[in-house]
Amino acid sequence: MSAPLIEVKDLTKIYPSRDGNGTLALDRVSFDVKEGEFISIVGRSGCGKSTLLKILSGLLDHTRGDVTLKGRPIDGPDEEIGVVFQSPVLLPWRTVTQNVLFPNQIRRNLTPEIRARAKTLLETVGLGEFGDKYPRELSGGMQQRAGIVRALVQNPALLLMDEPFGALDAMTREQMNLEVLRIWSQSKKTVIFVTHSIVESVFLSDRVFVMTPRPGRLAEIIDIDLPRPRTLDMINSDAFGRFTGRIRTLLDSEGDLGG
Amino acid sequence: MSELAPQTPDPALTLASPPKWRERGMSLAIFLILLGTWWAVTNLGSVPAYVVPKPQDVARWLWVGFTAPLSHPTSLWYHTGVTMWEAFLGFVIGSVLGIVMGFGLARWETAERVLYPYVVAFQALPKVAIAPLFVVWFGFGIEGKVLIVVIITFFPLLVNSIAGYHAVEPERIDLARVCGASEFQTFWHIILPSAAPFIFAGLHMAAVISLLGAIVGEFVGARAGLGLLLLQYNNAMQMGGVFAILIVLGALGFILNYAMQKLEAWLSY
Ligand SMILES: Nc1ncnc2c1ncn2[C@@H]1O[C@H](COP(=O)(O)OP(=O)(O)OP(=O)(O)O)[C@@H](O)[C@H]1O
Ligand SMILES: [Mg+2]
Repeated sequence: MSAPLIEVKDLTKIYPSRDGNGTLALDRVSFDVKEGEFISIVGRSGCGKSTLLKILSGLLDHTRGDVTLKGRPIDGPDEEIGVVFQSPVLLPWRTVTQNVLFPNQIRRNLTPEIRARAKTLLETVGLGEFGDKYPRELSGGMQQRAGIVRALVQNPALLLMDEPFGALDAMTREQMNLEVLRIWSQSKKTVIFVTHSIVESVFLSDRVFVMTPRPGRLAEIIDIDLPRPRTLDMINSDAFGRFTGRIRTLLDSEGDLGG
Repeated sequence: MSELAPQTPDPALTLASPPKWRERGMSLAIFLILLGTWWAVTNLGSVPAYVVPKPQDVARWLWVGFTAPLSHPTSLWYHTGVTMWEAFLGFVIGSVLGIVMGFGLARWETAERVLYPYVVAFQALPKVAIAPLFVVWFGFGIEGKVLIVVIITFFPLLVNSIAGYHAVEPERIDLARVCGASEFQTFWHIILPSAAPFIFAGLHMAAVISLLGAIVGEFVGARAGLGLLLLQYNNAMQMGGVFAILIVLGALGFILNYAMQKLEAWLSY
């Protein structure tokens, strides 16, 4: 068995506060992620999902515990990690292509191969004709797709997505889910995907991490052994319903959450 | 249906700006009415020329002023040039200082907290009140005038740069960090363009008030400039000359404003 891609052990994060007690955002969270896995994290608002993702992306220091990628501790931004933000975060003064190439421009590795790769990726997400347009000329869903392409261009081993489709309408969201699954199955990347939607988490994932708040804990890891490729009609199946029911119960035991 | 489809491009698909000639025409009409009233009151009424000059006199003052050789003491080109040069130098120096210090203060929070009370206090001071002091310190040359313009243009840019720096969306900074950007790269690719609308607003304001600073500086004591000439004509009750200079100043302000607007529109995204 190969070593896991990510190992998180007893990860604790305390935000300092004025009263001196600090906010315990993550309390001894431990898990492994294997290469090529699709992981979703669900949990109520404030349970530490974004905190966990920020630590994994190297944007935030942790207080205690170990976080490693391929055996190396994560202690800063890493080329192997692509991040998709909740809002598209496209720079309005750059065209779509220039936005998508931004990370490579910063890293000074704008090769012809990278440009070709960006072009191909834009085409696969249906933005082939929009490379020279500015972000304001794109719909919300198109902007978010451009944001995903930007994270993929550098070909990272790990893709971190924090509620990337939270701002989209239900129909666009379904389309985007299928899109993500297609990209994932083609590129065989490891994905960690934060969402508020229980259905979305079950539909996409190999495993769902259920988190509970105050303090932020990893309550349970649920294996989703639904067959792949996943299709939208699976959502109405009994097996699917058992998974969503189970997750809802776990979340409800901590209070109420729609989904 | 399809046979009837017109061959011309569908007007609904073409981005067109509304016709402007109507507004332009009304603006022109108002101008002509004002000019006509002015002419009627001064030529047909009994308003003395030392209160309000006749428009044709003002036009003559302008003509004579702009055709006089540069070396002549009443050359409008010369005095306009001096005033513009003071305003321009002061504007450039004041803006650059304001932007650099604004970003500096915003970047180093402690410095901002320590120095901001002084900024606020100094900003509340009517800066033209320093003008007489500068005459004592720097004399009648252009240095004192440039310095007044530096001071009054400095603050809009300082304040706007600080505001612009703090208005950058934190996600954009996160994006830069995820890409491994250096501090300079983050500044150059994210902070500066994100803050650009704030800086342009500051530059716009500074450009217009730079003229004000130069004129006030010249009022207080100068060897040349439109402010000095205006004061001389005023003291000699030569209202034609006063009005001519006011028209030049109005035109300069209008052009500056227009140029800044165009620059802003051209550089904005
Ligand atoms: N910068 C910060 N400083 C102090 N406390 C913070 C900070 N960021 C988050 N927290 C606290 O940490 C806890 C977890 O926050 P986090 O943003 O990780 O939650 P989340 O699960 O992403 O919530 P949501 O679903 O609303 O996005 C919350 O109690 C929050 O108040
Ligand atoms: Mg969050």
